[in-house]
Amino acid sequence: MSKTTNIMIVGVGGQGTLLASRILGNCVIGEGFDVKVSEVHGMSQRGGSVVTYVKYGEKVWSPIIDKGEADIILAFELLEAYRALPYLKSGGKIIVNDQKINPMPVITGVKEYPADILGKLKSSVNVTSLDALSLAKQAGSIKAVNVVLMGVMAKNTSIPYEKWVETVKDTVPPKFLEVNLKAFETGYNL
Amino acid sequence: MKKLLLGNAAVAQGAYEAGVRFVSSYPGTPSTEITEIIATYPEDEVYCEWAPNEKVAAEAVIGAAIAGGRAMTCCKHVGLNVMADPVFTDSYIGVNGGAVFCVADDPGMHSSQNEQDSRHYAKASKIPMLEPSDSLECKEFTRMAFDLSEQYDTPVFVRLSTRVSHSQSLVEIGERKEIPLKDYKKDIPKNVMMPAMAIKRHVVVEERTDKLIKFAEDTPLNKIENNGSKIGVITNGISYEYSREALGDKVNYFKLGLVWPLPVNSLKEFAEKCDEVYVIEELDPFIEEHCRAIGIKVHGKECFTLLGEYTPAMIKKAVLGEDSAEFTGINEEIPARPPVLCPGCPHRGTFYVLSKLGLTVSGDIGCYTLGAVAPLSSVDTTICMGASISASHGMAKVRGKEFNSKLVSVIGDSTFMHSGITGLSDIVYNKGANTVIILDNSITGMTGHQDNPTTGKTIRGEATKQVDLIKLCKALGIEHVTVADPFDVKNFEAVVKEETARDEVSVIIAQRPCALLKTVKYTGHCEISDKCRKCKMCMKLGCPAISVDKNGNVSIDVTQCNGCGLCIGVCPFGAIEKKD
Repeated sequence: MSKTTNIMIVGVGGQGTLLASRILGNCVIGEGFDVKVSEVHGMSQRGGSVVTYVKYGEKVWSPIIDKGEADIILAFELLEAYRALPYLKSGGKIIVNDQKINPMPVITGVKEYPADILGKLKSSVNVTSLDALSLAKQAGSIKAVNVVLMGVMAKNTSIPYEKWVETVKDTVPPKFLEVNLKAFETGYNL
Repeated sequence: MKKLLLGNAAVAQGAYEAGVRFVSSYPGTPSTEITEIIATYPEDEVYCEWAPNEKVAAEAVIGAAIAGGRAMTCCKHVGLNVMADPVFTDSYIGVNGGAVFCVADDPGMHSSQNEQDSRHYAKASKIPMLEPSDSLECKEFTRMAFDLSEQYDTPVFVRLSTRVSHSQSLVEIGERKEIPLKDYKKDIPKNVMMPAMAIKRHVVVEERTDKLIKFAEDTPLNKIENNGSKIGVITNGISYEYSREALGDKVNYFKLGLVWPLPVNSLKEFAEKCDEVYVIEELDPFIEEHCRAIGIKVHGKECFTLLGEYTPAMIKKAVLGEDSAEFTGINEEIPARPPVLCPGCPHRGTFYVLSKLGLTVSGDIGCYTLGAVAPLSSVDTTICMGASISASHGMAKVRGKEFNSKLVSVIGDSTFMHSGITGLSDIVYNKGANTVIILDNSITGMTGHQDNPTTGKTIRGEATKQVDLIKLCKALGIEHVTVADPFDVKNFEAVVKEETARDEVSVIIAQRPCALLKTVKYTGHCEISDKCRKCKMCMKLGCPAISVDKNGNVSIDVTQCNGCGLCIGVCPFGAIEKKD
């Protein structure tokens, strides 16, 4: 199929996955790639599962990623990482924030949150897990979880550090720049 | 300069470059951002507004075009149903300045109540329809739609889908071309659609369609890509991108950018050179039926599906018989994560009370449709914008007084202004005794915070007159209008009981702003103390921050909780405390 780099960003509505995909998208155009970013707005954003696709390469056609095609899955939450597992390419990598957010069927006791997701992921694929929430707190704001995760992901791409920092500066509002730069560095140097 | 733009942003840019002067829309996912972005352009170049509904928006646009300015309205697929009346007749009137109706379909129903295919509207109203497949085409096709509109004296549709609207791809940004206002002159035979005039205008429409079919044969909107294959693919919109990814240069392509009217001869010529022809289109077999009608043998829906979105893997399998990439499966059931009302959502208080009282709830379109989700499970019906009130009228009339005493309708402030007022006047006029709850959260919530006639602000954030819901309801003839805070659960429950018991029509305005508004500042978080008796009353709120473990211990997740405090008033043992 295509020779593009395929990155899937998954999480729970409200976690800031859209900002992450925008930083990533803006960063790769600066590198001269063709790029497509596919987002979800509207109802599913209200605390539901959210999926964003970022694809870049010489030429990108479809904006979506099929099963078995993601080079990197950047997961903001454990269950969402697990749900996205079938999308990972053989040899691909999952970067996961080890935070758990219970979905409504678990909250109401109809379903159980699957046990030991991290163990199950690690037994079958290449996984980097981190406590992005604590790292974001250390950087100055729990809202910077998304940028900490971006930092970890950035390390796994061929795009140079300076380029990432430049894009974070261009994308994030000046008021939050300091916290976000610190969060990015924390993730990058993990 | 190349920029990464959402399809919607590219439509806005295309309209801007085409010299659009007037844009009026009602928000609707996935179309909303087009109008929001238009509102960021200089005011002296483009006038832009939120209208109370799509019909009003389309009529304003038609008027602006008749008056000589280029004009556009943008809506979601079901919004086109609302504006269908003026649209069908504007096909007869035509334009003066170019008019574009941009409509975004939602295959897969990411944020919609049905999966209708808007291409049928183009055929039914005899208005040409363009369909881009990426952001670059969004910009170019929108620009061309205005030219086409003036050239053929017809409004023009631009059709999008969720994946085109909400995908970003690279677009070359151009300059705005100032198009002077066209002269306005009174033209009764053209602009006054009554039988004598309309009969003559219908002839013009049919002649125009003949010309447009000829245009369709060789317009650059349609693209043929010959890769010397014996397999041909006829496709449109996002399906082209999927096909191109899945099939590469192993097939020949006929990409339709003009999806109505469809060409005849050029499609036949394309098909003749192929042994097998596939039509690859999401939703209805619109192109497929056209191909069959003109005698082209094609594979279509029998290889694909009428339901939801296509994927490149699905297309690869159907056309080439090749399996998709290998992947790691999961051997256990994974709990779904459906959308929920946000922590601090004012609607949670309302639905908690309605659910507790066991009322039948005639629902509507907005965030509060989520009041149907467990554990609140409060909403009984959701049909379309405004239907909560009119449907409850039908329910009450057919089932009688006792049923009506346990029946309410719920409708948001923006949805009430959209099409709730007419339903309410129906109830008053026809001696109904329903109870209507207007969920006034001071904003249009679901589509991402747009102002409306009740918020006192325009799309550009300027102060304006504010519709007074109380006075409006009173003017309709309703004597009992009560304002109540849905977070004051005890009082709200008493008000609902009193008003449903009343054998007269009444309106309750449930007033509390959306928790996501910047002006709303909840602080701290709530915590369960050792006074908890595990009664699980708080669990009935369906708050994503509160959960219970296997042993019945309830806890509050501080990363989710925004300290709204609704649960404090619900706990019978005073076991929930607010912490800083």
